[in-house]
Amino acid sequence: MTEIPISHMLFVSTALFFIGMYGFFTRRNMITMLMAIELMLNSVNINFVIFNKYLYPEKMDGIFFTIFVITIAAAEAAVAIAIIINLYRSHQSIDVEEADNLKN
Amino acid sequence: MTDQLIDFFLLMKSELLLLAVIFIMLFMNITAKENADGTPVDNNHSILVTANILLLLNFLAGFFMNTSGNLFGDSFTSTELTAFQKNILNLGTLLVSLQSYTWLKTHKHVMEFYMLLLATLLGMFLMISSQHMLLFYLGLELSTIPLAALVNFDLEKKKSAEAAMKMIMMSAFSSALLLFGISLFYGTMGTLHFQEIPAALNGSDLQLYCLILLIAAFGFKISAVPFHFWTADVYEGAPVPVTSYLSVISKGSILFVMTTVLYNVFAGMGVEWYLIICVLAVATMITGNIFAVRQQNLKRLLAFSSIAQVGFILVGMSGQNTEGAVSVTYFIIIYIFSNLAALGVISVVSALTGKEKISDYKGFYKTNPMLSWILAIALFSLAGIPPTSGFFGKFFLLLAGAGNGNYTLVIIAALNMIVSLYYYLKIVKAVFMDANEEPIPTINLAFFPKAGLLICLIGIIVTGLASGSYNYIQELFASL
Repeated sequence: MTEIPISHMLFVSTALFFIGMYGFFTRRNMITMLMAIELMLNSVNINFVIFNKYLYPEKMDGIFFTIFVITIAAAEAAVAIAIIINLYRSHQSIDVEEADNLKN
Repeated sequence: MTDQLIDFFLLMKSELLLLAVIFIMLFMNITAKENADGTPVDNNHSILVTANILLLLNFLAGFFMNTSGNLFGDSFTSTELTAFQKNILNLGTLLVSLQSYTWLKTHKHVMEFYMLLLATLLGMFLMISSQHMLLFYLGLELSTIPLAALVNFDLEKKKSAEAAMKMIMMSAFSSALLLFGISLFYGTMGTLHFQEIPAALNGSDLQLYCLILLIAAFGFKISAVPFHFWTADVYEGAPVPVTSYLSVISKGSILFVMTTVLYNVFAGMGVEWYLIICVLAVATMITGNIFAVRQQNLKRLLAFSSIAQVGFILVGMSGQNTEGAVSVTYFIIIYIFSNLAALGVISVVSALTGKEKISDYKGFYKTNPMLSWILAIALFSLAGIPPTSGFFGKFFLLLAGAGNGNYTLVIIAALNMIVSLYYYLKIVKAVFMDANEEPIPTINLAFFPKAGLLICLIGIIVTGLASGSYNYIQELFASL
């Protein structure tokens, strides 16, 4: 069986990153924006793992980094969702366009 | 074995002391007596006194027993310089804590405030000491995620919730950019150790792309233009003490790290990042000033003025010599004193009267002469008028910037300083000259905010006139 070349993998991760960025800029629902950020972070995870496996298999740096990124992404999502719930209580909406009290 | 253990404790002294403070306060929270309705018995006074004393002790302990060395497979370093930088942040946190007394006195969740605040400080300490991208990333996240919760600390306020939402979205986005940059760096170099990166830099296009992503992530955190959109909203929506913490301590710590990373780790790509920093500096100064001129809300004005100040700091950073690093550190100390004095006055007024507009401050001098003078001196220092220390800070920044021979940049910076005088003096004029039918009533300051403001005032005057302070920082950098 032939091995999948690294460029294919990199294509997936890069595409995922920019899909996430596109989603972050175009979506108006806060939860969806959070999901878009999650996509970007996961593309980073894929990057770390494939670089580790294909280029530097003798050390585990990339894998370790991935574990930390996953953990911190979870913490970040927890705080973000708590903030969004609190915002929903006062604004009755989670659309970013509705949250515009701070514009002068 | 014992020697190693003692070494370990001494090297991680600042972090461990801070952890001790956090745990002491956590246990106080458990044992605190409460009324039937859940409010503390004596209106938070004893908690606040203990917190401030602990922070003061923490700051004083930062002067002693500082040793140099590395830990955790060389991914954590402690030197005289990092100890000094951490202690600057300690002092700033103490000042913020002193000034938040008026606001926290009646607040229900005072303990949570300190937990979150000190957790972010711990993150900054780790970040300053980090010698590995992983530790750097962990410190960065530890210093931003709790901050978003702090911004939302007035839970019932609509603006607070909105500001927190913007902050967490922006910080998550910027850390995603940072991580993407780091992951590609890992791909090109196979190491993320700060000491091994310089040898592995080859200046390829991919590495340049990573560097741009990295600087963009830094730009988000220090709110350099064009990554500044969240700043004004977050500063306006957050409670004032949190605003001061964000604009001074959080920004200062990132600038410390940014200087170290750019000067030591990416010295090999100096030509590339020099250009980026120059563009950022010009855009940041001009945009910050233009927007600050239009503002009517005092917090928003100071938010944009703090963006402009970052522009000046970037001018110093573009110097690419030891003076650049020294002047950035020196200016951050001065900036901590000046901005905390200005925001401290606003914090007290906002906590007691809820007024934050410039027009509300008309006739402020008639009713509160002492606070007016502090506000005026702080604003003069921010504008950079001698003999306040702000002048010396800006002078050294521009001198460092000129050291690289880019005089256009220095001239633009000097012109921007003149523009910034307009909006700072606009506040001073409202405070001292304009008449007002209903001025802000006379404020009786409690002991803690008064002490905090006086320390800031002394700092503003002494840091500039005592030239030893600049030389001391220079020696610290030379000893590396």
